[in-house]
Amino acid sequence: MSAVKTKFQTPLARAKGHGAAHSGVATWWAERVTSAALAILLPWFVASLVAAMLSSDVSQVAGWFALPVNAVGMLALVAIMFWHMKLGMQVIIEDYVHVNFWKYTLLFLNAAVCYGFMILGLICVLRLHFIDITSFGA
Amino acid sequence: MHRFSGVALYFGAVALVLWLALCAYYPAEYAKWHALAISPVGRVVLMGWTLAFFYHLASGIRHLLWDMGKGFSLNASNKAGWFIVFFTIAATAGTWCYVYQQAGQL
Repeated sequence: MSAVKTKFQTPLARAKGHGAAHSGVATWWAERVTSAALAILLPWFVASLVAAMLSSDVSQVAGWFALPVNAVGMLALVAIMFWHMKLGMQVIIEDYVHVNFWKYTLLFLNAAVCYGFMILGLICVLRLHFIDITSFGA
Repeated sequence: MHRFSGVALYFGAVALVLWLALCAYYPAEYAKWHALAISPVGRVVLMGWTLAFFYHLASGIRHLLWDMGKGFSLNASNKAGWFIVFFTIAATAGTWCYVYQQAGQL
């Protein structure tokens, strides 16, 4: 079979390692890495807190947050979870919404919701870690 | 299905943060949340979230394997699909047996 040209990349482009978009692999990797991290963090979170959450007494949960390892784990969980969600939802919006107005509106809202709730979650974890909320008349 | 379970988990994550906000800023209302969570509706929602989580996890691992170039054949993908279904049901059931056991109701 005679040689058929299958790669239309110039040698320079191949050397630079760029495809048509020039970027995007970082996003692809971020989704995979966050997936791996979440596969560990979420089961840890459920297993670790389930006993405390069974009680209707909020001090059980509050006490759990006082431990630094739990606070760090929760901060990581909140940040990574919302990052993963934002990327995932972004792909869904990009794939299924083709009317530019709605696409960009939804992409904006997705980022706003994800980062907004991420920040709220981080603040709540910090508050639970540093402040004894049971002293507020729970 | 992977996307659908992801969207379901999206709402669950928002709910998780709202729960954190409840604990951090409105601890006095915690008992009300707890009563809702224990109610039949609450249990169904929580079990549904667990189901969505394990499905998303299992089919996510299949996606990662595909990313590594493994298991593209139809046969392998179908077998993986069945494994995902069994894993999802088993993991959800296992988790909730553990929860009920912790609660002393098993």
